[in-house]
Amino acid sequence: MKFTRWPLAGVTALLVTMQAQAADGQKIYAQGGANPAAMACGTCHGADAMGMAAAGFPRLAGINAGYTRKQLADFRSGARANPIMQPIAASLSDDEIQAIAATLEAMPAPSYAAVGRAEKAEGVGATLALRGAWGRNIPECVACHGPGGLGVGESFPPLAGQSVQYLSGQLNAWRQGTRKNDPNDLMGHIARSMSDAEVQAVSEYFASLAHKGASQ
Amino acid sequence: MNTQLMLGLLAMAVGGSLHAADIKMDDQSQLTQQSTKAAGEQYFQPPKESELPANAFGELVQQGRAIFVDTQKYAAEYVGNGMNCTNCHIEQGRKANSAPLWGAYPMYPAYRKKNDKVNSYAERVQGCFQFSMNGKPPAADSHVMNALTAYSYWLSTGAPTGQELPGRAYPEIPQPKGGFDIAKGKQVYAEQCSICHGDNGQGQKAGDRYVFPPLWGKDSFNWGAGMHRINTAAAFIKESMPLGKGGSLSDDDAWHVAAYMNSHERPQDPRLVEGSVEKTRVRYHANDGVNLYGQEVEGVVLGQGIK
Repeated sequence: MKFTRWPLAGVTALLVTMQAQAADGQKIYAQGGANPAAMACGTCHGADAMGMAAAGFPRLAGINAGYTRKQLADFRSGARANPIMQPIAASLSDDEIQAIAATLEAMPAPSYAAVGRAEKAEGVGATLALRGAWGRNIPECVACHGPGGLGVGESFPPLAGQSVQYLSGQLNAWRQGTRKNDPNDLMGHIARSMSDAEVQAVSEYFASLAHKGASQ
Repeated sequence: MNTQLMLGLLAMAVGGSLHAADIKMDDQSQLTQQSTKAAGEQYFQPPKESELPANAFGELVQQGRAIFVDTQKYAAEYVGNGMNCTNCHIEQGRKANSAPLWGAYPMYPAYRKKNDKVNSYAERVQGCFQFSMNGKPPAADSHVMNALTAYSYWLSTGAPTGQELPGRAYPEIPQPKGGFDIAKGKQVYAEQCSICHGDNGQGQKAGDRYVFPPLWGKDSFNWGAGMHRINTAAAFIKESMPLGKGGSLSDDDAWHVAAYMNSHERPQDPRLVEGSVEKTRVRYHANDGVNLYGQEVEGVVLGQGIK
């Protein structure tokens, strides 16, 4: 499947580039989309797309384009409920979504330490992240999101470099069912098995992995 | 015993050992089926990591644990594919019904009728490296083996020796009444497995290292691994897949998807007999559970190997 998708994506990208009015991801990010309701992403996510921790706006820089496309589609459909993002996603055209997702993936993000299962785990957050809680069928977070929560492919986003506010907000959204856009409820069933204290601790753990390295 | 016979036996032994210099075990099938847990009974509880002593023993155990969960990094020279021990032994080898180390270690040394010899625990682990890791077995007195053995021993703290503990294997599940169906397995795979293991079983990496293991192809376990048996794979899948959602597939679907997984080509069985898939099938696979080695699937004979 992948093999056929890539060449097609390449052709599409070429065609889009050849059109004068091709969507410009950089421009959308900084100034907004063609529809005035599509606000500039940078307003909330920061000029460098590293998010605004205190307000809970997530880092977008370096995120896999496939993941971003799916999230924008899910905001549109309501599978991922968010009063701010829903109208913005709805006012973006498909071309604009393609462009912004590609732009975000290409934006530089700091590098983070790839802390894996072999490392020592002290405290509730690190223990969940690196050991899991298998008595409740909770795998190690890094088993799916990769060492250091660096993210894996289109479906397992980076956790490193996200804020406590954002991470705990998402885990709580899954617990409450306002976010249910994960394939096969893979994340939902885990979040629903977690306690308030665990949500907080594991969010603090991944947020604490931030800013280990300089911008690449 | 006459001299001629002795010489003959000696020649055979030498010839055999030369031919199979790297082969530590003749097979690596599991021992007998596990005993079951009585209602209300708890599975064996291995000690907590926090209870490890802060001394050389505790350090070696931690090194063994590190090798076990990140074999790619800490035992790279012995690994020939994209697997880590913990891909099959969930929860760092602690989880009941997922071949936990505390269920295995106290059962060795063990006489095994199938190869008519006593296997040490080190030999058993060497088998894992040779087959599941498609690699080279670490020497019995190597650091890697010492560390893995120390880790296994420590997880078995308080477990009885020579007694099959409940939860020591992947609990077998019955075959579908109408037999397994590879086409149905393909559908289950697309719906339940591909998100992690990829559209074509290729696994997924973060950077240059696998996070989700490849299920077939050159970076997966070879035709000699226990997981090449459809019955074993079905039991594992039913118990632990999708990761964290074990038990969510029906018995039949676990079989179908296991058959689909194992109907793909993978690295050759290192015990290949005289370069012949058919001879290898007869010798090692004909009575080794349900498997497709040397069988024709969609016009292609499986077991050719892939590099």
